[in-house]
Order: sequence, then structure tokens, then C-alpha cells
Amino acid sequence: MDSRDIERTKALTRRAVTLGGMKAALFVVLAGRMYYLQVIDGAQYQMLAEQNRINIRLLAPPRGLIRDRFGVELATNKQNLRVVLIPEQSDDVTATLDGLAKLVPLGETTRARLLREIRRTRGYIPVSVAENLSWGQFSSVNLNMPDLSGVQPEIGETRHYPFSEITAHTIGYVAPVPEGQTEGDPLLQLPGFRIGKSGLEKTYDLKLRGKAGNSRVEVDAFGRSIRELARQDGDLGAEVVLTLDMELQKYAFERLGGESASAIVIDVQNGDLLAMVSTPAFDPNTFNVGLTNAQWNTYLRNDHKPLTNKCIAGLYAPGSTYKLSVALAGLESGAIDTNFRVFCSGKKQMGNVTFHCWQKNGHGTVDLHDALKGSCDVYFYEAALRIGMDRMAEMSQRLGFGAPLNVGLSDEKAGILPTRAWKKAAHNAPVTQGDLLNAGIGQGFVLATPLQLATMAARVANGVKAISPRLVRSIGGQPVPYEDAPDLGIARSSIAEVQAGAYAVANEPGGTALRVKLDIPGIKLCAKTGTAQVKRLKDGDKRTQEELPWQLRNNALFICWAPHDAPRYAVAVVVEHGMKGSAVAGPIGGDILRQAMLRDPARLAAYETPKGAKTRETGRA
Amino acid sequence: MIDFGFYSDRQSRSILQKLGDMSWTLLFLIIATCLVGFVMLYSVAGGSLEPWAGRQIARFFIGLSLFFIVAIVDVRVWLSISYPFYLFAFVLVVAVEMAGTIGMGAQRWINLGLFQLQPAELMKIGLVLALARFCHGLTPQDISRPLVLIIPILMIVVPTFFVVRQPDLGTAMLMFVGGAGTLFVAGASWIYFLSGGALGLLALIPAWSLLRDYQRDRVLTFLDPGRDPLGAGYHILQSKIALGSGGMFGKGFMQGTQSQLDFLPEKQTDFIFTVLGEEWGLMGGLGLLCLYFLTLMMMYVLALQIRHQFGRLLVLGIALMYFLYLFINIAMVMGLVPVVGEPLPFISYGGTSMMSLLISFGLVMSAYIHRDIEIPRRPGAFG
Repeated sequence: MDSRDIERTKALTRRAVTLGGMKAALFVVLAGRMYYLQVIDGAQYQMLAEQNRINIRLLAPPRGLIRDRFGVELATNKQNLRVVLIPEQSDDVTATLDGLAKLVPLGETTRARLLREIRRTRGYIPVSVAENLSWGQFSSVNLNMPDLSGVQPEIGETRHYPFSEITAHTIGYVAPVPEGQTEGDPLLQLPGFRIGKSGLEKTYDLKLRGKAGNSRVEVDAFGRSIRELARQDGDLGAEVVLTLDMELQKYAFERLGGESASAIVIDVQNGDLLAMVSTPAFDPNTFNVGLTNAQWNTYLRNDHKPLTNKCIAGLYAPGSTYKLSVALAGLESGAIDTNFRVFCSGKKQMGNVTFHCWQKNGHGTVDLHDALKGSCDVYFYEAALRIGMDRMAEMSQRLGFGAPLNVGLSDEKAGILPTRAWKKAAHNAPVTQGDLLNAGIGQGFVLATPLQLATMAARVANGVKAISPRLVRSIGGQPVPYEDAPDLGIARSSIAEVQAGAYAVANEPGGTALRVKLDIPGIKLCAKTGTAQVKRLKDGDKRTQEELPWQLRNNALFICWAPHDAPRYAVAVVVEHGMKGSAVAGPIGGDILRQAMLRDPARLAAYETPKGAKTRETGRA
Repeated sequence: MIDFGFYSDRQSRSILQKLGDMSWTLLFLIIATCLVGFVMLYSVAGGSLEPWAGRQIARFFIGLSLFFIVAIVDVRVWLSISYPFYLFAFVLVVAVEMAGTIGMGAQRWINLGLFQLQPAELMKIGLVLALARFCHGLTPQDISRPLVLIIPILMIVVPTFFVVRQPDLGTAMLMFVGGAGTLFVAGASWIYFLSGGALGLLALIPAWSLLRDYQRDRVLTFLDPGRDPLGAGYHILQSKIALGSGGMFGKGFMQGTQSQLDFLPEKQTDFIFTVLGEEWGLMGGLGLLCLYFLTLMMMYVLALQIRHQFGRLLVLGIALMYFLYLFINIAMVMGLVPVVGEPLPFISYGGTSMMSLLISFGLVMSAYIHRDIEIPRRPGAFG
């Protein structure tokens, strides 16, 4: 090795050490960076890794079932195979929708709506693309998952109403959560989640809904679930048991036929509503899926108003059925008694106005019993003049008129009970004698719902307690206790007199509902017919009811109860523009009441009197 | 003093004697590094030899036999074929340009039927060999002469240019810096490196216009990973999350959520270091860094015992390449340098990388086993 070699080796060593030093420095940089990431920022990255890994999924509890009093399911949950899209997880929403359109039905309008919705909502909120898929469609989506980024097939539940139209108004329906009302309960943000929008579904929505549970799922980078880490079950939706008897409900619905009508069956002893039917109705199952505009408009345009629950939201002049209340008001106030007699010539002159009796030839001389039996208007004109507006109203109120009965349906109407104060407030005028005469026969200002009519019938039939109608027997297994019904506060003798009158209506010659029969040996019914004018015809107008357009015809009303000697069930029927209470509403009411009696096997077999009920002798049976 | 008799004895050593003379420490360090790799590949496959660990082990054994063959061949043979090897590799690199297989959006491989040859890997070895060969007979003063230095500079720049065009930015950088480093060790004057560095900075501007879109993307994303968190920045972000969440001691073997749940991209190749960081924590990461550092130290120790310039430059050149290799990869996954797609030596899954590394270390070992051989300053006089 010569000197140049030695010198060269020294130079190389120097350079090598220099380079080695640089490398060592860079090693320190790497180690420092590693320390920074893993120790100083470690906690933050651990959090990010957990966020990557863990997906918290909300578990929607099944919505509580709704059953009738015998356990028949009225609202159930059906398996719903659906596909949701999480926009954030999709590479290209349009492409994904294109891909989906090949597998599931996805129309242009739905597509446009989805795209709008996606633009509006935040990217991590899933959007429901298609629902109620067949197994075939559902599995083809599952198979094609890798090509459909952001798509998630789900097995959910959808509300189903096995009796469809028959229970539509009472039970109501569920529908998607409206835009902007998703705050509060986290369940509301679930795609496809439904809330009660009408009827009992709305009233008891929170109970039926239950409480959301959640599941912490480990997912991989593609959003596939690997395993469940923790699970917190929510509370199941509470089961709601109604007072309805589905067989009776079904019968009443069919019996009303296509009429624009309503019928109610109420238990006279405790207020349980056994049937509550409004026709025509709608199919609540279609509301659940989403109604098309055309369907909606058809419902809206129908003059039979299928969307309205006429039992609680239909307001009618009670007509002659109101005479029961007027009679009680007269007897209790002392304005009339059983000896009070009126001569009916078929009309009553009041100043320059003539008030007619429905019986053009007049009833002759009638007392209260005859006046109820033959529904003499002139008698009640005279009675009303003696009783006065406020006393009539006071009695009606006790019988259930003029205020909502709070049966648990949100659109229940209060009706109108005219008093002097009311007339002053509403029309800024004193009560005229004409007002009084009209009120005496349930016309004019007085308006009531069929539920109020049924309640009146039940209270008169009961005679002792002011029972209130109710629809719900138990919630989540907890029986809803009967409220202590207050005393009606009407003298036994007055009640007996009016009940006897109602008995006569259906059972004595000259009764307006003589044709209505139960055809059950030993059981007779009490009733009151009503025919309420919808439009007062001009004096010269001689058109008969049949000649009038449907909307102008009289409303037909009928209330009844049975058995006459130990009342158990009361029925109210209102047929809009049915023309005649006795001929149209009467037979329907009678048939429904008969069915109610037949549905009660205990009653037929033993004819026993329920506890607390009092057997009364029946007037002049 | 030189003892010729001793040398002649050495020259007639048997294979076993040669093996006895090699540095078992270095081999042990390499094997240890590979073992870490096998374990990590086993883990990222979810606790299975399939599909990566098993094949990687097989390749390791093939590579190891190549290592021994290269190691026991007289270093003078390698010296003599330095230039031909360089030319051969260069022709292949150019050939890739002509008839490369498209892979990962870049032309890097020649399909040889049985396996895919990555000429850039051969080029790296060829470059170190050729530079060591060129500088073998030159003093620092010789090399510092511009007319002399221009030759090795061209030897570096020309193939680098082709590799950039492939485009394989990582390998090109490795070749360029590795080549320059070799010249630095060989004694080229400081002035060149200082002025070269300054020129390089100026050249960044035109270089930017030469980059392909995805390369620019990588650089931009590197500067601001939040720029596109679900796109180009996704890799860096997920990689940092994986590493960072490992903490001090890691989540445990096969417990890395980022890697096991596929949040990590290319987890078995370029991003495998993050798997280690996630599952073994800072301790595991530092452990591997130590292993690498010891390997490099060992190479320095070996280099300085070699008595011929060729061997010393060869070992130091390979050491530099090795360092650049691991530094680029680790710095990349930690977000220190742009993602350039360079594997982690001995650990990332990949056959070509394993082969070329073991061959390189075979050359190191050959130089060391034949450390006392006198090689004339003018190699032309040899043999």
C-alpha cells in the first residue's frame, strides 16, 4: 500500500463517517417522528382509529302492536326488505342509483326526489331508496354490493293493518318523519322510520314507538360488519289493547255499506267503545308506503270525505234525538211534567214565521210520553219555550254535548251548545224565540258529533252515572283503570220517564222506530230517531227529499240501546243525507245493536246484570 | 506490511473456509429483519401463511442461496463484470420503456414468464458496481477533476433519467442519491455537492412540469394531506392513524384494527411498517429501526476492514442504497416525504426486492470475504 493509498483510505474513512453521521441524524428524525405520532399525538389517532372501526347502529324497537279487546291484531309489523343509500360512502351517487335501478324498481320521479334529498341532507344520513322488495330483488342487491358503493340492504319492519279500511279512522296510520322534525329522539333519523300521523297511532305514538337501542359494530374499511362489540337493547314499543270488538266493528262497517255514515257501539255500563266506524274509509297501508298525488287527490275530492273520522269530527244537528235531552231538561227544571200536554196541529205560528211538525197533520193532544214516541215537534217547541236556552244547554252538557269527550283521538270536535252567552259571543245577538224552538228539536245552532250522541244514549240508558267513552283497555300490559264516572245527578223518575218514552219509540204503536226490532226473545230496545234538516227549503219549494241533490238531503240519525230493562249497549248511527232517521238510520242501528247483543254470549245465556247496574222497571212496557 | 504468501493461501480457500470467513453477524441481522417481515405478513393476512408470508419465506430461501453463491465468488469476478452488468441492466431499463408490462399505471416490469423482472432493481446494483469499479483506481484528486467526474455523473444520470420516465420516482431518487453518495465517499470534491445541491433546488421548477399528474398529486397531497382525505390523501391519513393509534406498546400481534380491517392501503407492501407500528407500538418501530441501524453499522465495520477500494466503495454504496430504501419508506408512511411507492427492505412483500437485496448483500459479503485480496489500481492489469 503506497502513501497515496493510505491517504485515499483516510479520505474514504472521513467521508464514510460523515455520511454515516448524516444517516444517524436521519434515523433520529425517523425515531422522533415516530415518537411524535405514537406518543404525543397517540391519543388523537387512537380516537380516529376507533371512529374508523366502530359504527354505532341504532336499533329500532318493533312498534307496539294494537289489538282489539279479544286480542285480535289490528296493527302489526311486517318484514320490510329495503335498500338505503349512505351518500357519504358512495363514490358516485348517480352511478350507484343507475346500478340500483337495474335491480329494484326505481322510477324517474323517485330518483329525482332522492337526489334532492341527498343534496339537502348531510352525507352520513342514510336515505331510503326502495322498500318492500321481494326476496329476489333484495338478494340481487346483496350480491351486487361491491359494485354499489354506499348501498346498504336492510331488513326492517313496516306497519301493517290487517283490517285496512275497517279500522282506518280509529287506529290511524303511520308515515315518514316530516322534514325538519327529526330532532329529539334519535330514532327519528333512521331511514324509513315511521311515526303515527293520525288516530291512536298518533296519540300513543311515544308508547308504541318504544326506545331506541344501539349496537356498536366493528366494521372494515368497506363498511362491512365484522362483529358486534356491544349491544344495548332499547325498550320494545308498548302493546295497546283497545276496547273495540273487531267482529262488531267489521259488522258495523259492512252494514253501513257505501254510505257517508258513522256508527258507534258503546258499553252503557263502563263506556267501552265496542265499535267506532266511519265510512267510507281509506287504506292506511297505502299511507304507510307513501301515497301518490293522484290517490291523495281522489280522497280529497270525494264528497263522502273518506279521510274524516265522522264519529268524532263530523258535526251534525242532532235533530229529534236531542229531544231526550230536552225532555230531561224540562222534567229536571220543572218546566214541564208528565201532565203537561200540548195540542199539535202540525205547525206552530211564531210571529210571522210558521214552525212545522214533521207530521203535517199533527199529533193531536200529546203528553211527554206520546211526544217522545211520535217525535212531536210542536210539543218540544212548547217545551223549549218553557225551559229556556241555558237550561237546555246545561242538561245537554251533562249528557255529553258541547265539549270533546277526550277519547284519545286528536281531531275530536267539541260541537256547539248554544246558550245566551254563546249567542252573544258568536253572533252578538240575544237568543230569539225562533232559536229556542229550533233548539227544542235539535236544529238550529246545536251541533254534535256521533260520539256525543252515543254518549248521550249511554248516559240516558245508564241513568245513574255519567260514563265517558273510552277506546283503550291497556297499554304495555298495564290495564287503564276506569275513571270514576260522576253521578249523572238526574232524578230517577225523570230518567224513567224518558227511558219509557224511548221504549215506546221502538215498541209501542205510533213509535217512529216501530219497524226496528232486535229479534232476540226477551230483549227489547229503546231508541230515538232523528231527521235533521241540512238546508231549509223555501216555502214554495215542494221538492221531495228524493228529488233534492244528495248534499241537500236530510241527515238520518238514530240512537238506541238494549236490553230495555237492563241496558248494556248503546248505538248511535248517523247517515249523512240519508233522508230519514227512522227508515234509513234506524234499521242499521237496530242491526248493529242486535249484533252487539248476539256477540255477548254471557248476556244471551244468563241475561245477568253487570255489577253496579240497576234493573229498572220500564215505564209502560 | 504486505504478506504475499498469506494472500496466496487465502486465495485457495475452500468454500467452507470462505463461509467461515464471512460476517455471520451481518447475516444474522439480515435474517432477523426478514423474520420481522414474515411475522408481519403473517399478521396482515389475518394470521395465515397465505397469501403472503409463505411465499415470502420461499423467496427468502431462494434469495439466500443466491446470497451464498454471490458471496463465495471471488470479488474480482464481480469487478470484472461490473461494466457489462451495468450495460446489461441499462439495456433492460430501456427495454422496459419499449415493451414493458403495464402494472400499477407505470411500466416497471419485464414479464419473463416465470416472474416479472424489475430492471430498475438490477440497475441499482449495476450502478453501484460500475461506480465502485470506476473509482477503484482513482484518488480523490483524480475524481475531482471535472473531465473525469463527468463520466460517473453520466453513469448515474442516464439510467436515472430512464427510470424517472418509467416512471418510478422512488427508485430514481434512490439511484441518484445513492450514486452521488458513492462519489462522495470516493472523494469527489465538496464543491460539486454544494453547487449540485444549489442547482438541484433551482431545477425543481422545470422538474415540476416534467412530473406526471399523479406524481404531482402525491407531492401536493404530501404537503397538505387534508386536501383530499378520501382520495389521494387517504393513504397517508390512514397510515398515520394506524401508526399513531399504536401508541407506546401497540395493540398487540394481529390486533391492529387499521390493518386487520383493511383501512390500510397496500398494507402488505409499501405500508407494512404501519402495521408494525400499530401492532407493536413505538417499541416495535424503534426495535426495527435499531435492527436497520445495526445492519448499517455492521456494513461500515466490514467496509473499513476491506483493503481494496472497489470493495469498500461497493459495500458503502450498497449500505447507502439500503439506508435510502428504508428511510424513504418509513418517512413516507409517517408523512415525512411524499408517497413514492418504495418497499421496506426485507419486510415488504415482493420477490424482486427480496432477490436484489440478498444479491446486494451477497456482493457485500463477497467483498468482505475477499477483503485482503490485492487488486491492482489499474484493474486492466488484473487477470
